[in-house]
Amino acid sequence: MSERKNDGPTPMERFLGGLIPENPVYRQILGICPSLAVTNTMEGALTMGVAALFVLLCSNILISLIRPLLKPHLRILVFTLTIATFVTIADRVLAAYLYDMSKQLGPYIPLIIVNCVIIARCEICASKQRVFTAAADALGQGLGFTLGLMTIATVREILGFGTWFGKWLGWRVIPATAPAHWSNWVIMILPPGAFLTLGLLLGVFNALTAKKEKAA
Amino acid sequence: MAENAVTPIAPAAPPPAAASARAAPAKPAPALSVAPGPHIASGALTTRRMMLDVILAALPLLAVSVYLFRQYAVFQIAISVIGALAAERFFGWMRRRPNTLGDLSAAVTGLILGLSLPASAPWYVGVIGAFAGIGFGKAVFGGLGQNIFNPAMVGRAFVMIAFPAALGASAYVAPTLGVDAVTQATPLTAFKMMGSVAALKPLFLGMTNGSIGETSALAALIGGAYLCWRGTAAWRIPAGGILALAILAGASDLTGGSPWTFAHHLSSGAFLFGAFFIATDPVSSPLTPKGQWIFGAGFGALVLLIRAFSGYPEGVMFSVLLMNSVAPLINRWTIPTPVGGPAPERK
Repeated sequence: MSERKNDGPTPMERFLGGLIPENPVYRQILGICPSLAVTNTMEGALTMGVAALFVLLCSNILISLIRPLLKPHLRILVFTLTIATFVTIADRVLAAYLYDMSKQLGPYIPLIIVNCVIIARCEICASKQRVFTAAADALGQGLGFTLGLMTIATVREILGFGTWFGKWLGWRVIPATAPAHWSNWVIMILPPGAFLTLGLLLGVFNALTAKKEKAA
Repeated sequence: MAENAVTPIAPAAPPPAAASARAAPAKPAPALSVAPGPHIASGALTTRRMMLDVILAALPLLAVSVYLFRQYAVFQIAISVIGALAAERFFGWMRRRPNTLGDLSAAVTGLILGLSLPASAPWYVGVIGAFAGIGFGKAVFGGLGQNIFNPAMVGRAFVMIAFPAALGASAYVAPTLGVDAVTQATPLTAFKMMGSVAALKPLFLGMTNGSIGETSALAALIGGAYLCWRGTAAWRIPAGGILALAILAGASDLTGGSPWTFAHHLSSGAFLFGAFFIATDPVSSPLTPKGQWIFGAGFGALVLLIRAFSGYPEGVMFSVLLMNSVAPLINRWTIPTPVGGPAPERK
């Protein structure tokens, strides 16, 4: 079994790397479609993040286990089929236990199949490293993706609805007032708000990274 | 736009010292020194002078708006201008740029934004509009001169989508303010919803409801004439806009279309205000004379299209933004042939 290679970073490096330094949303700019589409509420962002985390974890583990069997010219096909299996599971579970959320997310849960974050991790990590490393990588990247979605959703939900986890927890951040004093920004719920927020947060993230590199 | 505008040529200042200083000190001065152009420089044609011109030209509009909307006009314009100045300073500080408040461009952005708001808008509309306009419309592109879109209209579009209740057609009717002008729907809304046609004379003079700066066609014409005479606004843009709107609306009049004639179209809503003050923004409009005609005509045609066929009663803001987005394309399309030079190669 000479093909059972294990090149690359350690599990801890993989896990920590996915959180901030190689954050899928802010550093790799991957998975932008769900980042824009489902982030107008915290509930949607969290559900999407957890679903992607589940799919990423399961497929990374499975791909890592079968990596000696992968043929180079067929690997993308195998990745996609593996991911599709777990996406179907996630989709059905959501439809069964979180029906409203499943309705709200609509096609974006099935679309996890083509989420670049997951296929990229299968290619970069899981098809080359041991199960434990692949699982740590999936956890790091999945949590990083969830973090990315939730930061965007925080800005959008607070400005757009004045709440944070408004549907599940009912937390009001900006007190409801007469329109003469303050009003929710409808634009933040709509697609332009997603683009603006993502762009601004990317800018903030880049500025922080540049500052850190300068200090180092 | 400066090189194409009908600018009264200012007395030629001496060519920049750098050109002569470049000659090596040891060699004797050449009999005829030839430096690359431009050879005529004008110290008078500054951003600050142009912006001062716009503010001066807006005085008739300000007078009408204060007469019609009283303290609400003062309030809207004040918060928009203060918001724009604060935003300019804030984003300048963020980008570590020197203070640019002195060139007055931010003040003009705030002024145009304030003039385009309804009298009843709450305080945060002007402030957020100014920050969105200066920030998303200008600072993210690299500051004044780099922006694709007119910052004031970006800000207005932002608040219009963000606060539909404060800027929609219904927000213009606010009888509780105690101002006569805002007890009725704006003429364009009234026509769109009820089919009632406003009389032409109050429309032209501006004794109607509307955004605070847009009501008077006469005031916009006076201010616009001043802008064109000074060369601050490229006269071809409003001319193209007025011609396009008049021809298209006139054609629809001839077919017996609507009681809202071309004269109504010209003098109602924000059309003249937009044509003279907003579409002529030198940064976001084309530079070439032909391009300015095309830009103006496209603006006028889009205004008519949006008024006639969309759900919005008025379309000046969207027309300006749409034409801004094609201005670079128009520029490239209409590169003029240099005097005596070969025609630019077409690919």
